[in-house]
Amino acid sequence: MAATVVTISSGKGGVGKTTTTANLAVALANGGLKVVCIDGDIGLRNLDVVLGLENRIVYDLVDVVEGRCRLRQAMIRDKRLPELYLIPAAQTRDKSAVTPSDMVRLVDELRGEFDFILIDSPAGIERGFRNAIAPADVVVVVTNPEVSAVRDADRIIGLVEAEEKGPARLVINRMNPGMVKRGDMMDAEDVLELLAIELIGVVPEDENVVVSTNRGQPVALDPKSRAGKAFTNIARRLRGEQVPFLDLDEKSDLFSKLSRMLRPGGD
Amino acid sequence: MTSWLDKLTGRKPASANQAKERLKLVLIHDRTDLSEQALNSMKNELLAVISRYIDIDPQAVRINVAQDGREQRLVADIPIRPNTPRRR
Ligand SMILES: Nc1ncnc2c1ncn2[C@@H]1O[C@H](COP(=O)(O)OP(=O)(O)OP(=O)(O)O)[C@@H](O)[C@H]1O
Ligand SMILES: [Mg+2]
Repeated sequence: MAATVVTISSGKGGVGKTTTTANLAVALANGGLKVVCIDGDIGLRNLDVVLGLENRIVYDLVDVVEGRCRLRQAMIRDKRLPELYLIPAAQTRDKSAVTPSDMVRLVDELRGEFDFILIDSPAGIERGFRNAIAPADVVVVVTNPEVSAVRDADRIIGLVEAEEKGPARLVINRMNPGMVKRGDMMDAEDVLELLAIELIGVVPEDENVVVSTNRGQPVALDPKSRAGKAFTNIARRLRGEQVPFLDLDEKSDLFSKLSRMLRPGGD
Repeated sequence: MTSWLDKLTGRKPASANQAKERLKLVLIHDRTDLSEQALNSMKNELLAVISRYIDIDPQAVRINVAQDGREQRLVADIPIRPNTPRRR
């Protein structure tokens, strides 16, 4: 086995990197692959809570790097899925505790055993971001259809190219079809025209994301949620499958069309 | 861009288009590290040099940074004045 190493980054904070990492990990593992995800956000760890694994942490990434434990000891297995593991970030340290070459060494140790290694990058363009992209084969840039997130995504895409890790692939998260329809939100086409990179997914704004995060059960485990479906499709595209893009406009969704036909006057 | 409907109803243009147009300019400057002022002074110097060789109408000149995928290009459209005997 030779893993594909995917780093999820963004530039701007809070656009959905951790949510994307957790859901891609779950969707890939659900598809029968062996997956490990690494929380690269040292000092602000979150991937553990989003995955619902916060109570099982003993060792973290910095413990591994500083030799207090073996890599295997820091890997928490997610019992809901056959082969999903998390390496948590340290919470009481900062980004300078790890270097890009530490990350490359650590990831090289894992490559032989996994199909996918996902790395959740912190926001910004500093050390934490450099650490996260150093071992990457593929960089996924997450953005929202909104001016500052797109601008920062453009910076990151440029830096990823400069580091010879490009071309990055784009996830547009929190798309609101109603606002797009009113002309008050850029659609995927607008964002793509500006950023000019390959799109690998559009994820709708979905309350289920918040609910599932509250519960520590990533939304990709819920086959009925729209966001869960979108993340599952991104996972399939990462595996090289050709998957058509979801129609985010709920009104033209086949399911809601059918349910409206069955419930005349409803909706 | 304002749609005909917006013009009729006097409504403000949809904000998504404003976002896109503003971002286009912002990204050009972010990517090239070229400010509006720097671009203008470059234009003026270019025009001065070109005018030493050919007769041009400075008002008709268009020099802009255009986006081509993730690359920026400096695009110049400089009409030459017709039938002007070249000075030597
Ligand atoms: N598609 C979505 N629909 C609704 N809420 C979302 C969606 N994606 C993310 N969120 C919410 O947005 C918030 C930020 O998400 P997340 O923590 O994944 O961002 P981040 O990019 O990792 O942030 P940071 O830069 O702080 O690490 C969370 O509360 C999350 O639940
Ligand atoms: Mg995060």
